[in-house]
Amino acid sequence: MSQATLGIRRISGHAGPAPGEDVERAEQVCKLIDTTTCIGCKACEVACLEWNGYTFTDTVFDNSYQTMPETAWNYWNLIKFNEHEREDGSITLLMRKDQCMHCADPGCLAACPADGAIVQYTNGIVDFQQANCIGCGYCVTGCPFDIPKFNPATKKMFKCTLCVDRVSEGLEPACIKSCPTGCLHFGSKDDMKGLAETRATQLRENFGFAKAGVYDPAGVGGTGVIYVLHDVTNPEAYGGLPKDPRIPLLVRLWKGPVKWLGGWSMFFGVLGVAIHYLRYGPKIPQDGHDNRDDSAPGHRDEGVKP
Amino acid sequence: MELSRRTFLRGALAGGAGFSLLGFDLTPAVAQLKELKIVRATETRSTCPYCSVSCGVLIYTIGDKAKNVTPQVIHVEGDPDHPINRGTLCPKGASLEQDILNPRRLLKPQVRRPGSDHWEDIAWTQALDEIAHWVKKTRDDTFIEKDAQGHTVNRCEGMAWIGGCTDTNEFNYLVVKTMRSLGLTYIENQARV
Repeated sequence: MSQATLGIRRISGHAGPAPGEDVERAEQVCKLIDTTTCIGCKACEVACLEWNGYTFTDTVFDNSYQTMPETAWNYWNLIKFNEHEREDGSITLLMRKDQCMHCADPGCLAACPADGAIVQYTNGIVDFQQANCIGCGYCVTGCPFDIPKFNPATKKMFKCTLCVDRVSEGLEPACIKSCPTGCLHFGSKDDMKGLAETRATQLRENFGFAKAGVYDPAGVGGTGVIYVLHDVTNPEAYGGLPKDPRIPLLVRLWKGPVKWLGGWSMFFGVLGVAIHYLRYGPKIPQDGHDNRDDSAPGHRDEGVKP
Repeated sequence: MELSRRTFLRGALAGGAGFSLLGFDLTPAVAQLKELKIVRATETRSTCPYCSVSCGVLIYTIGDKAKNVTPQVIHVEGDPDHPINRGTLCPKGASLEQDILNPRRLLKPQVRRPGSDHWEDIAWTQALDEIAHWVKKTRDDTFIEKDAQGHTVNRCEGMAWIGGCTDTNEFNYLVVKTMRSLGLTYIENQARV
């Protein structure tokens, strides 16, 4: 087995913060997907499968160029093809590479109850540790992008790892490397944001896409995968990209105030019981045979002697 | 209150043990990674066999070419130093590993006879003999010495040659020499780009 490890910033289901979360400074890695130059060739899909050792499985044909309806536990990277009607009535295909967004504030990690099953490395990559996964599927509830998928055979959850095995060794993810049109970019988050803004400005000023912009939703703290969209005001047109993704309120409450309240109420409950015991002593049964006046506490058995 | 050295040490130890029990651990948290499957694998440069773009690929095989190792392909990806593709690949090129490691890969010559509906296995010697026989017969039947105007042309229009993108300059030179000597005019070798 590999001895390679990577520092962690967040751990799922862990009491308190991740130890040493701030001792290591790492460059935040980021993928930039320029949907305006994607030709839908699916080289990224194939490269992803090849690198991660999966093979094609049976799929369904639904009158689209899309490989399958949605990503699967063994198919982490899917180009979503969406027919879109322009304002002048003509039809265009909007193509978007769908995969884990590697949120800075990951909903899957927040919802996960298993200690160490979901981690966020110091470079920002969110990864599942299948050895610790209990297969409960709560991460699906927490994810606003519907990314974690369940493998019924091993009862574990799987998703894109942003090729953490490659990135930790200084390589780029497999999908990024393959892209023949150069619509996929990889680098530090700052560089990718700069590149994305440059491209969006270019689209607005020179190509007539007045609403072109960068998709880097603040609701999940920004993402490790950012898009350049022709129309950033309508991301839903790109195969259901949520306009303002957030971790569901129930997950927030459940893992935030409710968990906190529960913890403290348990603490004060035990404390209360202990104080009560010290103040009033143990409870003494009061049945008909109890001769309370004659029996001191701790000798109550004498009272029921025949 | 009198605090002796002994009491102080005892208290410090008990406190430390208690904190450790309660899960206070200042060792930075790390997680084990999936190993990079191409570490120390042999990297071989090659050319994608599909179209005439001729993208450069890196083929990774297990082992370091030591004498006792049988290399097997474990991964194929684009060659970042190749001037044509600079590391990128199309979906067909990206699936080259499955082209090499494939149970349906053709490993011996096969023939489909005229009128037959299936392929049958054939020995290499027999295949070469039959190809030579049909080349000779086709050339004899279709060779044209003079055209309608009486010009000497010496050409053979009954055959054509198709090459692949991995054919080298030297190989293509020999192909053209051989095929032209037979009188072929329809020669395609993907070297037009």
